[in-house]
Amino acid sequence: MRAPTFVLALVLSCPSAWATATEVLRIGNGPEPETLDPHRVEGVSAGNIVRDLFEGLTAVGDDGAPVPAAAESWSVGADGLRYRFRLRDDLRWSNGDPLVAADFVRGLRRSVAPSTGSHFARMLEPIRNAAAIIDGRLPADTLGVHAPDAQTLEIELEAPNPTLPALLAHPCAFPLHADNAAASTTAFARPGRLISNGAYRLADWVVQSHVALVRNEHYRDPAAIARVHYVVTEDIHAELQRFRAGELDITAEIPPLQAERIRRELPGALRVAPYLGVYYYGLNLTRPPFAGAPQLRRALSMVIDRELLVQKVLHGLGLPAYGFVPPKTAGHVPQTPAWSAWPLARRIEEARRLYRQAGYGQDRPLQVEIRYNTHETHRRIATVVAAMWKQTLGVQTRLVNEEFKVFLHHRRLRRDTQVFRAAWMADFNDPMSFLGILHSAHGKNDSGWVDADFDAHLAVAAASVDGERRAEALAAAERRVLEDVPVIPLYVYVSKHLVAPRVRGWRDHPLDYHYSKDLTLADSQEGRG
Amino acid sequence: MTLMLLRRAIAGLVTLFALLTLSFFLLRAAPGGPLDRERSLPPRIEAAIAAQYHLDEPLWRQYVRYAGDVLRGDLGPSFQYDGYHVSDLIAAGLPASLLLGALALALALPLGIVLGFTAAQRPGGWRDRALTLFSMTGVSLPNFVVAPLLVLVFAVTLRWLPAGGWRAGAWQDVVLPVIALALPQMAYVARLARAGMIETLAAPFMLTARAKGLPPRLLLWRHAFRPALLPVLSYLGPAAAGLLTGSVVVEQIFGIPGIGRYFVQGALNRDYTLVLGVVLLYGALIVLFNLLVDLLYGWLDPRLRSA
Repeated sequence: MRAPTFVLALVLSCPSAWATATEVLRIGNGPEPETLDPHRVEGVSAGNIVRDLFEGLTAVGDDGAPVPAAAESWSVGADGLRYRFRLRDDLRWSNGDPLVAADFVRGLRRSVAPSTGSHFARMLEPIRNAAAIIDGRLPADTLGVHAPDAQTLEIELEAPNPTLPALLAHPCAFPLHADNAAASTTAFARPGRLISNGAYRLADWVVQSHVALVRNEHYRDPAAIARVHYVVTEDIHAELQRFRAGELDITAEIPPLQAERIRRELPGALRVAPYLGVYYYGLNLTRPPFAGAPQLRRALSMVIDRELLVQKVLHGLGLPAYGFVPPKTAGHVPQTPAWSAWPLARRIEEARRLYRQAGYGQDRPLQVEIRYNTHETHRRIATVVAAMWKQTLGVQTRLVNEEFKVFLHHRRLRRDTQVFRAAWMADFNDPMSFLGILHSAHGKNDSGWVDADFDAHLAVAAASVDGERRAEALAAAERRVLEDVPVIPLYVYVSKHLVAPRVRGWRDHPLDYHYSKDLTLADSQEGRG
Repeated sequence: MTLMLLRRAIAGLVTLFALLTLSFFLLRAAPGGPLDRERSLPPRIEAAIAAQYHLDEPLWRQYVRYAGDVLRGDLGPSFQYDGYHVSDLIAAGLPASLLLGALALALALPLGIVLGFTAAQRPGGWRDRALTLFSMTGVSLPNFVVAPLLVLVFAVTLRWLPAGGWRAGAWQDVVLPVIALALPQMAYVARLARAGMIETLAAPFMLTARAKGLPPRLLLWRHAFRPALLPVLSYLGPAAAGLLTGSVVVEQIFGIPGIGRYFVQGALNRDYTLVLGVVLLYGALIVLFNLLVDLLYGWLDPRLRSA
């Protein structure tokens, strides 16, 4: 080998030093996590990390149903009001201390205490006294959670609720070590201080760069991968390039416009799966033109060709939605309006009739505004929907985009909005997680919809011990939504990740949970491109 | 001299205070607040968080409290980064931003000046036209185009350098971001240097020098050099402050933990304290660099010394 060639070969072989790091799983995780305090977690990126650091009584299985985690089993009393969880033998914290039922009591009480500032405290409202504690009417130690012995946890409910085991997989129900609880708020969630009970412990946290986790040797079943780096990736295009350069094993997202190219150039790496989230347009029912105009609302919903929207605007990265609850939701009987099965021409004809009935026509077209937060995808969707309305009904639509916080503010005020962009992701795998936000008293009901029948169906569902009766009440509630159209569902989200071939054990998950302990790394580096 | 410095220091402090006050109230005037989220909070919990940040107090009291804290050197807790102080966040991010900014400046300044002066020697010549092309491209191509292009060529295709990430001390991580930061600056400096040199070469004192029969090289690098730098210098103060406080685009594309993103993200998240913290830092740097520039003016241009 001649000298220059040799030098060249040396230079070219150098990059492998950073391009491959066999023992570290590198996950693109979107924005910087706002906290690693399990009870204050809010965003997806923080949730991903906290689920590796901590383990709840239950976890969420691949089918979306709760599976045993720190609890090996549980039972429920005949009245459906009393749950008893049995912890596994010999559970330990990352510092080696034994993990006991009282640690779960401590975590749950902290979550509902208003002073903690938990974003998900409301999820725990089925537990006895939780709602009163959240409202500040009772102290946190009156929560219906007890530890009769080190391995038993009892949870009392306000009303029967079969979703409790699913709720307990959420970070807001994770345990807390006594030493961490003694620290002042949130300051404990740092390397060197955080004591966790999951498959990993916190090793390093460089703000705006990455969070490094290492295997927790005290975990009941030590993970295969020794180190996991959650990398901050704010720019989805840059994230894609870093994946292609071999610097990331998993991405948080893919740029939708690149979907075709990715399918072509990185075959097998793209993992798309239905996700429990719905993208919809809310209609402000407290003001004209939508107040007291169900025909108009239905007409506008009927003429939107969701298939075309998903195909052309989302490049197939979504599923057309006609119901409000995503079809993969556990215990959900999918509901769709009867017209969703009609051919488009018939839908348009019927929509025109309803439109006229509502008092609009060619001489008096509806003038309406779609408001969305500034984002390329939202703009494209609004443009297409406005075009469909214009083409079929002659509606004159104005598009208004606002910066996110301004948008949220206006949406909440219900003063200036008419049609507004909205989305909802499941907090737990149950139809109630979606339908609940349309309840007349819910803080997220930005439509201002008040429907006694709907609220009554939800009340029946909430009080049902019997699974079938509950499912029927929830289905009836969703049918009310589809009849009265306070919201127009457009599409169901999908999770979309790039997963490198060396990552083994990746499974699609309806809540997009991917516990690192369930993954392994193959040694081979082939097949990257 | 000492009196001038003292006067400038006091004026600088007054400017910073005005900046702080104006930014504080402008931020609060924007609709939406740090606690507005997609998921609304139960009232008691929202009240608890608001109280933690003193958001429940009247605005004037919040202002007095904040101004007092700043005077004591406390920039307050961040709203977005739970449990982090603004000063911690700036301290953690500043080294990366300073390093990249300083290197970009060290690259852009000399190269830009040499390019500009070379082009100015024969306006309209091929060198000049080539430079005009380069500088127009450099100035008009935004970072968010240049940076991904660099990544595509040097990281994805050639695999010579990483596509992003930041390991403290690894020179490989620095190369592409510095080039992306330096290119537009270099182009801009070259344009200013060229214009300055062309103007200087036409000045009466240059005619005298030429009439004395001095060789062109000496004319350019000895007599015209300093006065021709004046336009570059006036640009340098704000440019240095901007470069050293990071760039949101370059940081996001290369995954660099700097402070540039805090200007934009902080504002979008209504992270009041974080935005005010970086604005104060940026303001202080501008005041400082403008002072340095004024001092350099005196060195470059004898006519300004008496002022």
